[in-house]
Amino acid sequence: MLLTFFWIFGVIAMGSALLCITRKNPVASALWLVVTLFALAAMFVLLDAQFIAVLQVLVYAGAIMVLFLFVIMLLNLGRPGPSDIKGPAGLAIAAVLAGLLLLQLRVLGQAPPPDAIQLPAGTVAEMQVRQGMVGAVANPLFEAYLIPFEIASLLLLAAIVGAVVLAKRKL
Amino acid sequence: MLLSPALAISAVLFTLGVAGVLLRRNAIVIFMCVELMLNAVNLTFVALAQRLGMGGQIFVFLVMAVAAAEAGVGLAIILAVFRHKQSVSLQNMNLLKD
Repeated sequence: MLLTFFWIFGVIAMGSALLCITRKNPVASALWLVVTLFALAAMFVLLDAQFIAVLQVLVYAGAIMVLFLFVIMLLNLGRPGPSDIKGPAGLAIAAVLAGLLLLQLRVLGQAPPPDAIQLPAGTVAEMQVRQGMVGAVANPLFEAYLIPFEIASLLLLAAIVGAVVLAKRKL
Repeated sequence: MLLSPALAISAVLFTLGVAGVLLRRNAIVIFMCVELMLNAVNLTFVALAQRLGMGGQIFVFLVMAVAAAEAGVGLAIILAVFRHKQSVSLQNMNLLKD
């Protein structure tokens, strides 16, 4: 049952990703990418990561994609024009390189993580029951991963300043 | 176990993102393909977090922060380039070539 739903959402994600990279209109591409992001959020729920799924919908499908659509509309790129998709030569190069990459990734995916570092089945689910859905993510984030968290906040501050400096006409 | 289907789907999504970067000329669509690749990696992290501990989910959180920063700065760069060239096609961005 779980596996069936997982594959359904996986096929939705892969199909809309394919439509995303082949649509001529950037607005259509962005909207198909939103469908992919929602399907991924559903897959995160099936993988016991409910908090991450909510973040995916709020941050990715909400904030980041709105930013993309905003810029597309601001630059008026939605109007019909010449296609930006490369010709047959570009398509062949992309297909060959992507096929090689897929082959490599599939071979890598065949190697399971060693048993010694795997937690017993159900440990993460049990931790989520004990600490709560948000607590299970928040406790390690503010203890073991505090330094990366602080660095991420510095990165976001730098990005805010950088975006204003780059996009403003006159400072 | 959902691990091996998750890894398979993630590999396909990452490949589609790479193919999109190679196939398109519109800078904004290429940016969206990069987001697609980041999401494919996120799926791998979440799938492995089920058996290897919560660290994977923390990393998804950090990847989202980096993706947000990247989208903000990247779109600002595209806006600045559009003001100079009146286009977002990468074909027209050849200042360093000649």
